[in-house]
Amino acid sequence: MGLFNRHSFARGIHPEANKRTSETPIRRLPFAPRHILPLNQHIGKPAVPLVKSGQEVRRGQPIARADGFLSVPLHAPVDGVVEAIKLAPSARGPWVESIVIRTLEGSPQVQHWGEPCDMDALGPQEIIAAVQATGMVGLGGAAFPSHAKLTIPEGRKIHTLVVNGCECEPYLTCDHRMMLELADDLIAGTRHAMRAIGAKQAIIGVEDNKLDAVYALRQKLPQDGSIRVQAVETKYPQGAEKMLIKSLLGREVPAGGLPSQLGVVVNNVGTLAMLGRLLPLGQGLTERVVTLTGPGIDRPGDYWVPIGTPLRHVLAAVGSDNGAQVTAREVILGGPMMGQAIASLDIPVTKGVSGILVMLGPSLKEERGDRPMLPCIRCGECLNACPMGLNPSMLGLLAGAHEYDRMGEEYHLGDCFECGCCTFVCPSNIPLVQQFRAAKTILRDRAQI
Amino acid sequence: MTMKTRIELRSAPHIKRNVQVDEIMLHVVLALLPIMIFSFMQYGISILALALVVTGTCLLSERWFNWMAGRPSTLGDWSATITGLLLTLTLPPSFPLWMGAVAAFAAIGLGKMLFGGIGLNVFNPALVGRAFVQAAFPVSISTWAPAYLPGRFTEFIPSTLTLPLMVPPDIGPWIKERLVDGITHATPLARWKFENQLTAAADMLTGVATASVGETSAIIILVCGIYLAIRRFLDWRIPVAIFGSAMLLALAFHLYEPGRYPPPIFVWLSGGIMLGAIFMATDMATSPVTPLGVWIYGALIGVVTVLIRYFGGLTEGVMYAILLGNVLTPLIDQYTQPRVFGARRKGWGAS
Repeated sequence: MGLFNRHSFARGIHPEANKRTSETPIRRLPFAPRHILPLNQHIGKPAVPLVKSGQEVRRGQPIARADGFLSVPLHAPVDGVVEAIKLAPSARGPWVESIVIRTLEGSPQVQHWGEPCDMDALGPQEIIAAVQATGMVGLGGAAFPSHAKLTIPEGRKIHTLVVNGCECEPYLTCDHRMMLELADDLIAGTRHAMRAIGAKQAIIGVEDNKLDAVYALRQKLPQDGSIRVQAVETKYPQGAEKMLIKSLLGREVPAGGLPSQLGVVVNNVGTLAMLGRLLPLGQGLTERVVTLTGPGIDRPGDYWVPIGTPLRHVLAAVGSDNGAQVTAREVILGGPMMGQAIASLDIPVTKGVSGILVMLGPSLKEERGDRPMLPCIRCGECLNACPMGLNPSMLGLLAGAHEYDRMGEEYHLGDCFECGCCTFVCPSNIPLVQQFRAAKTILRDRAQI
Repeated sequence: MTMKTRIELRSAPHIKRNVQVDEIMLHVVLALLPIMIFSFMQYGISILALALVVTGTCLLSERWFNWMAGRPSTLGDWSATITGLLLTLTLPPSFPLWMGAVAAFAAIGLGKMLFGGIGLNVFNPALVGRAFVQAAFPVSISTWAPAYLPGRFTEFIPSTLTLPLMVPPDIGPWIKERLVDGITHATPLARWKFENQLTAAADMLTGVATASVGETSAIIILVCGIYLAIRRFLDWRIPVAIFGSAMLLALAFHLYEPGRYPPPIFVWLSGGIMLGAIFMATDMATSPVTPLGVWIYGALIGVVTVLIRYFGGLTEGVMYAILLGNVLTPLIDQYTQPRVFGARRKGWGAS
C-alpha cells in the first residue's frame, strides 16, 4: 500500500538483479556417483537413520525418520547402496553425521516409492502429518520444517496464507521458473496448505519484475476466488516474511512476534509447489530446483538437483573451470545478499539450498568494491536502507565499542534479521551486518551462562 | 574437475553498492569549484591566492597530524580539500594570507584531528576555523573589498600580502582610488543593520553586493547544491528546513513591524545562509542521521540564524547557528530514533 498504490514496504535497497537464468527452462543434472545426506538438513532435531551400512536402498525410500515434532525424515535420492553413516563436512563448518549412498550404475532411477492418496479426503491434522512424511522444509533457504509452520498455535485463527514468490535475492531464479513451469502444482499445494491451516484466502506475492509468472499463475487460479496473485514492488528484501506481509496486507508483524499473531502464515512458492507435487503421490522430497549461476559458471541455469549431490559434481556438470587466469573464487550457497560462502566442494546440496553462486576473483573485487574500511561519516544511508527501521550507524559504533548490551536493549539489535542492506550501502565499507551477527552470538552466549 | 584456484570465504552480503566515501567527497569538491571560479571573476588573484593558501594549509596540516599520530594519509578522501574550499568561501576577499593559514590550521587541528579525524568531529571544521579567526582577527574578518574592482586580475588587494604576524594596512583609501561612484563597501547585512538600507535582491543574487567570498552568489550556490542533492550526495531536507524556518520567522517579524525588519527574501539572499545551509549544515559527520532529527536540526539553525541577525551584536548568525546545531546533533539523534518496524510507538527516548 505504497504512496503511489504500489504494494511495498518502507526503505530497502535496489541491487542489480542479475537474473540471467530466468529465461531458461529447468533442466536435469546427471546423477553423481555418491550422495551425502546430512541428518540435520533442517532446523530442529536431526533425523534418525533407518538404514545400515551396506544396505541397498531405492529412490524415494525413507532412510531416516523424524525425531519428534520439530524434525523431518530423509528419503534416498537415488537407487544405491548405503556406503557409510559417518561424519562429513557441512556448509556451516562443523562435520555432521551423514548417510553416504553410492549410486547404482545403470539404474533407471524411476521413483516407484510412495503410496498415492486422495488429498481431498484428509483433514487438517492428517494433511500436516502427510507434509511431515514428505520431509518438506522451507525451500527458500530457511529449512524450517514445513509441517511445523503449518501447525497453528492453540487459540490463534489464521485467515490468510501468504505465498512468497518474491525471490528478491539477486541472481536466483529457481522460484521464478517453478512458478512458470509448476504452476498447477503450486496452486494444488496452496490449496492443501490453506486447508491445513484453515485459511479462507491465499495471496501469492510476486515481485513486479516477474510479470510473466503473475500472468501464468492467474491463468490457473481456481474459480472460487480464494487465491489471488498480487504483484509487489521489486525491492530487496521484499521476500522477507514481515516485509511481504506489510506489502500485501498493510500490517506490521509486532516486533519480536510471529505472523500468526496477525492471522497470517507465509510459505515459499517452491515449498508449496513441491508439496502440491509430492503429497498426492505420497512421495518424499528427493530433489529440488537449484539456480546455478554467477560469473564462475559456464552453463548457468535452473536445474533439478538430487538432494545430497556434492557441489564438486554439480559444478563439474555445469562447467566452472574458467581458465588459468582466475586466481580466486567464492562459492556461495543461496543468494548474494544472505547466502553463505563455503570452504569445501565436498559439501552436498541440501534441502535448503536455493542457489549455488560462483563469483570469480577479478569480477568479485569489482562487484564488492574491495576497499579499505573508513570511519563512519554518518551519512545515514544505512538508516534509509534498513527495512526494520533500525539505526545501523549507531549499532555499528556500539559494536566497535563492544557495547553489546546497549545494542540489544536500547537499539533493538534483536529485530535485525541480517538482510545485509546496511553493509550493502555503506560508503565507508563498514561490515555492519557482520558485526551485528557477531554481537547477537555474543549476547546469546551470555544469556546462556 | 580440478579446482586449483583459491576459494575465498566471506560472510554475507557478497555484493556491495559501489559508492565510496571519497566519491561522495569528490563530488562536493566538484560542486564547490564553480563557486570558486565565480569568486575569482569577482575578486581576481587575491581570492585565488587565498584559496590556494587556505586549502594547501588544510592539506598539509592534516598530513602532518596523521604523520604525528603514525597513521596513513587521509588526504585521498578529499574531506580536507572540502574544508579548505569552504573555509575560503567564508572569509573576506581581502583577508591576509597568513591569517588564512592560521584559520586553516585551526580548522583541521581544532575542528577535525583533535577529535580523531573524518567522521568523528563534532563541529564542522571549516566553521571552527572561521570562528577561530573571527575571535583572533576581528578587524580583518570584517573588512570588505568590493567585487569587480578594475585591475583585480593583475594586482593583489594590499592587505592580502601582509607579512605574517603583521597588522594589515587599511585598504579604505586604496579602494576609494579605484571606485568612481564611491559606494560603501559594507555587506548587505551590515548596511541593513547599521544603516537601515536594503540591498536590491538582484544584486545579492548575482554577486554585485559586497560580502565574503562565498556569500555573494545565491544562484550559483543553489544550482551546485541542487546538483549534489539530485546525485544524493547531500541531504536536501536540511537546507529546506533551514530556509523554511528562517523564512517563516522572518515573515512573522516583517509582518509585525515592516519598517524595522526586512522582507523574508532578504534573509535567504544575504549573508552566508545559502552557503551555510547547503554546504555546511549538511556536513554528514556533524548533522543528525534520523529522519525526524534532520528536520529539527535544520529548523533550529534557521531560527537561531534569524535571531542572531535581528537581536545579536553580530551582523551574521549562520556560523554560530550551525555550530550550535552541530553540538546538539548527538542529542537530537538520541531522542529521534526511528520507529522500529512492528513497534507500537515511536522509539522516543532510546536512552
